Amino acid sequence: MIPFNFDYFKPETLEEALKIYSSEWKLGKKVIYLSGGTEVITFARGGKMTFDSVIDLKGIPECTMLEMQGDDLVIGAAVTLNRLVESNHFPLLSKTVRTIADHTSRNKITIGGNLMSKLGYREGILPFLITDAIAVVYGPAGTEAMPVDNLAAAELAEGQFLTQVKVAASNLDLPFVSMKRTRSSKVGYPIVSLAALRKEGRIRIAFSGIHEHPFRSAVVEGILNDETIEDQQRIDKAIAKLPTNVTDDFIASKDFRKFVLNKLLTEMNAVWEGSR
Amino acid sequence: MHYGSRTTVGFAEQRIDAVEKSTGNVKYLGDKSFQGMLHAKVATSTEAHARIKSIDTSEAWKVQGVRAIVTGKTFPFPIGPILADRPPIAFDKVRYYGEPIAVIVADHPYQAKQAAGKIVAEYEPLPIVNSVEQAFQKDAPLIHEQSGQYTKLIDNVYPVPGTNIASHVKIRKGEFGKAWAVCKDTISATYSFNLSDHAAMETRTATVEINSDGRVIVHSTSQSPFTIKKIFNQFFNLDVGKVIVHIPMLGGAFGGKGAVQLEPLAYLASNAVGGKLVKLQFEREEDMMTAPCHIGFNATVKLGVNEEGKLIAGQYTFLIEAGAYSDQAAGITRAAALDCTGPYHIPNVWCDSYCMYTNHPYATSFRGYGHPELTFAIERTIDQFADKLQMDPIEFRLLNVIKPGQTTPTQSILTPNNIGDAAKCMTRAKELIGWDGKQPIVSENGLVRAKGVALFWKTSTTSTNAQAGAILKFEADGTVTLTSAAVELGQGTKTILAQIAAERLKMNVSDIHVTMEVNTQYTPHQWRTVASSTTFLAGNAVLAAADDAIRQLKRIGAVALQCSEEDLDVGNGRVYIKAKPDIGINIETVALGYKYPNGHTVGGQVIGIGVHVQRHLTPMDKETGFGDPGPWWSVGAQAVEIEWDESNYHYKIVKAVTVLDGGTIINPMTAAQQMRGGIFLGLSIARGESFEFNEQGVIQNPDLRTYQLMRFGEQPDEYIVEFVETPAEDGPFGARGIGEYGVIGAAAALANGLSLATNVELTQLPLTPELIWRTRRAAYDPV
Amino acid sequence: MIVSNTGKYTVVSLLVNGSSQDIMIRSADTLLCTLRNQLGLTGAKQACGNGDCGACTVLVDGKPMHSCLLLTMEALNSGITTIEGLRHSPVRQAFVDNWAIQCGYCTPGFIVNGHALVTEHPDAEDERIEEWLQSNLCRCTGYQEIKDAIKSALNANNLLDSNGIDTAEQ
Ligand SMILES: Cc1cc2nc3c(=O)[nH]c(=O)nc-3n(C[C@H](O)[C@H](O)[C@H](O)COP(=O)(O)OP(=O)(O)OC[C@H]3O[C@@H](n4cnc5c(N)ncnc54)[C@H](O)[C@@H]3O)c2cc1C
Ligand code: FES
Ligand code: FES
Repeated sequence: MIPFNFDYFKPETLEEALKIYSSEWKLGKKVIYLSGGTEVITFARGGKMTFDSVIDLKGIPECTMLEMQGDDLVIGAAVTLNRLVESNHFPLLSKTVRTIADHTSRNKITIGGNLMSKLGYREGILPFLITDAIAVVYGPAGTEAMPVDNLAAAELAEGQFLTQVKVAASNLDLPFVSMKRTRSSKVGYPIVSLAALRKEGRIRIAFSGIHEHPFRSAVVEGILNDETIEDQQRIDKAIAKLPTNVTDDFIASKDFRKFVLNKLLTEMNAVWEGSR
Repeated sequence: MHYGSRTTVGFAEQRIDAVEKSTGNVKYLGDKSFQGMLHAKVATSTEAHARIKSIDTSEAWKVQGVRAIVTGKTFPFPIGPILADRPPIAFDKVRYYGEPIAVIVADHPYQAKQAAGKIVAEYEPLPIVNSVEQAFQKDAPLIHEQSGQYTKLIDNVYPVPGTNIASHVKIRKGEFGKAWAVCKDTISATYSFNLSDHAAMETRTATVEINSDGRVIVHSTSQSPFTIKKIFNQFFNLDVGKVIVHIPMLGGAFGGKGAVQLEPLAYLASNAVGGKLVKLQFEREEDMMTAPCHIGFNATVKLGVNEEGKLIAGQYTFLIEAGAYSDQAAGITRAAALDCTGPYHIPNVWCDSYCMYTNHPYATSFRGYGHPELTFAIERTIDQFADKLQMDPIEFRLLNVIKPGQTTPTQSILTPNNIGDAAKCMTRAKELIGWDGKQPIVSENGLVRAKGVALFWKTSTTSTNAQAGAILKFEADGTVTLTSAAVELGQGTKTILAQIAAERLKMNVSDIHVTMEVNTQYTPHQWRTVASSTTFLAGNAVLAAADDAIRQLKRIGAVALQCSEEDLDVGNGRVYIKAKPDIGINIETVALGYKYPNGHTVGGQVIGIGVHVQRHLTPMDKETGFGDPGPWWSVGAQAVEIEWDESNYHYKIVKAVTVLDGGTIINPMTAAQQMRGGIFLGLSIARGESFEFNEQGVIQNPDLRTYQLMRFGEQPDEYIVEFVETPAEDGPFGARGIGEYGVIGAAAALANGLSLATNVELTQLPLTPELIWRTRRAAYDPV
Repeated sequence: MIVSNTGKYTVVSLLVNGSSQDIMIRSADTLLCTLRNQLGLTGAKQACGNGDCGACTVLVDGKPMHSCLLLTMEALNSGITTIEGLRHSPVRQAFVDNWAIQCGYCTPGFIVNGHALVTEHPDAEDERIEEWLQSNLCRCTGYQEIKDAIKSALNANNLLDSNGIDTAEQ
């Protein structure tokens, strides 16, 4: 059980949410946004997080919408992972989020919560990183659109929250792979998780599990697209260019993560080969 | 005696608890709330080994609703089931991360938890003993400076003062040194794994209330109600009769609920609030980090054979990781020693089994009590040795399998009656797995299929006076209420006991009403619900009670039917004349005594009472281990087929076979449930379960997300369970124990299969893809 | 907009198993806590409190959710079904008939999740069964009998035509 008390608010508009945030904040309270709430609840129970007020974003239409608007797929931050899977607007995203947590949890975990998670995995961001998706945030400075990459390593400004992610329709149906390896059980944090697609003959790829943040690296991508060198050499070279501090913990050692990544990239190549 | 053909023993009677459990109506302890109850929470140590300099409770006291805060000063004395070495609340020193340092009592659970977070302890850190190997080194930091002075509660525990050895148990059989010198061929191998968790789905819970008249009422998720009474008597100086323990049905136990930890804490907490009812319920993380866990293990096994390939010498060195306190690990150290050879006949045996302290959470009994662990070491060695001798591993086993007439490591003599047929189990398992020699099969897509087997045994190491009792109370309608202190923890024990009673009384099982809860105030004494001893002990007690009831029914029946007792028989709800079965009376007319037409009544209620106590068990000799430690050995064989993916090191368990000789099987379906659940548990642990400690001795995976149990779909595609039924003369209807057995060979069989598939000798657990990768890299690709 | 206040209890109404109930809660209470402690519906269990085991599974608007991962405040406008409301589910009977119960602690969670699966995907294949049921842990059974139970419930369901008539008898 959660050992402390807090205020719970469920606003119906963006403005209302922000107003509550400011007024609570001015009272010196610690305010947080809640979307799926799974992480907020478990962190609060486990003593990893405390707060005085919670603002639940699930009542705000902008945050719960999931539809095509013009040339964009607009995904509300409070859309659950299972809703994404079932609607299947963006097959790569469906496949990737389907490996996060377990089916029942995915009825509650939201894409916005996953993108803003304090855990380092955030596998849901991978498809967005390789489709140049736009994060729409709302805050004291109004609505702001930014590349999703900005969310990968940095935090939002005080009072800001993620409302939507937009992906260009042209990126939704490209050939893709999504792969994940865990320690032993299928349900679990990734040793390596990757999402990749091919656009205009080039591979785009992003990773989770091997670094403290999910990432897409221009250098790694450059090497993987270098047709002048052989497959395996390319992979070895790309792995040599990973961020220096590859995650090394009880789930998997640094060396094993690199080994697994190597195998996954080989598998990915095989899939691409097959489809050529 | 002959009882004719059976009507319920041997049949798949539906479990009597199934329907109620399916509706969600069963009340486990955590589901019960009592009016006015208070809630306790433990504050725990943030150091693995440190001297406590001070504990500041002032901030915690400021939390609304806090009623009491108890620290180690309140009761600075060590307690324990075998060696009293553990203060219920740390005093002076903490010895593991997560150890209770204070108990907070508050009106609401969240208040107690909030306050627990505000206890501030100041420590002087001490060097940490972070592995069992380190603990064994001569200059290792000492975890218990006073171990020589601890009170011993039972025989066969030998701490070595000035070391981290909590007990050293020896087996010296034959002349190992001489035999070793003449061996034709020998092998030596070392194995190890970390502590892990029982992870019963229900976390541990206890409530305690102290009445104004001094009665102490305990409700607990315990496998050991009478041990709670004993410990409260010994350490809190309470009359045994004043401690009343209630045990509802448990949500799984696996040995982990045999330890007595929460009850003393709740008692001290209740005492601090004037005896009010206090509930202490562990959250999952506490259940994993603070409550006792499954032992860690390090074993070195040396085996030698003669020309014929017969084992003639075996040496075994076991380091049993107890963690911070010895609890049941001290008993496991003994149990592992007395069965150290596995089910093989070895005339010359030398075993040193050490119970080792480390700065990790402390361990207690776990399903199999040391046997899954030793079987992993023995059966991996047997496979490696067979390979070295170029023999088929099953043939090698069959050549050396132990038989009646031979002796165990403690020199107990085996008879056809006290041991099952291990060879038969092995042979049947071989057929069922489709053993095709020791050859992995590589398919085109890089999948390697291989099979592994394990042979195992285990005796039921109870105390020498372990016993159980049962009461059969006849109701006015002639049905029977069965009461015993066997705890229902999922194994189906209540159903089994009902079947045993129904069979002997020749009644329908549906006419036996079983009290599902245990209340020590009216249930007769029972040792504990552990060690696969319940069917045997409580089953025999039920038989004795049934015979007692039958005698009474006949006595009253003889009056009613105006004949002698010898003329009568009981069955089908009647007492009748053997020679003329149509002359008789319904049991309901004698259940509460027989009433003559004129109203005069004779007899009174029929209440059958039965007790069964272990016969002729003896402690082990300190220097040689000589003794008779257990009543019988159940034996079995398991086999596993795996499919390993060479490219990514993951594997799938395709098939799992268990063949057990547990004597007569009372209920084939509950028995199969137990076996399947057992091998599943063993495979789950072997595949992925282990506590991972960091350098500070802190568990890195104290939750079910990162401590990974096998999930649905990861279990074997096919589980085959079969029984060889060599009846045990003195078991109820010929039954021996089976409860723990399914788990024993699982890790060994899996590791044998995987070693074969991967072409390296896997000597550690858990068998993660990364472990296999590292082992192969070390073998083929040393950097 | 919904608001509840720190430290004080809030009176809210919750729709559980078809009936609406007024209860007093803290905003920090999870749905699991509220069901168990306020409404006495103890069929859902807390075995991890962390979303990892499924013992607390209930249906929220027909969808299985870990009730330990839900604030009660989040569930106010939804219909909640607990094991106590599924007495007549064929999945419940299938668990009994297939020996899928040992200690029973995981059982309510499995039945609730299984019921949702059978209802939503009457034609579920192995892959989907696995995806759904991987959300629940059982330490006793080894899952074989649970799988049998779910499959037999699915089969039984398939024998019912859209009018709910048992075609197997025809
Ligand atoms: C059982 C289980 C298994 C898991 N396994 C995985 C896994 O395999 N891979 C993986 O990547 N993750 C995994 N996770 C982590 C999980 O993905 C995140 O914890 C989860 O995505 C959080 O989503 P939520 O919607 O519940 O977020 P919430 O709990 O609502 O929020 C998470 C964080 O984001 C903030 N936040 C939420 N919404 C917004 C917003 N719109 N704007 C700004 N900040 C916001 C919150 O304040 C909070 O700090 C698992 C979680 C669970 C419960
Ligand atoms: S208690 Fe909710 S998932 Fe375990
Ligand atoms: S039956 Fe015990 S946890 Fe499933």
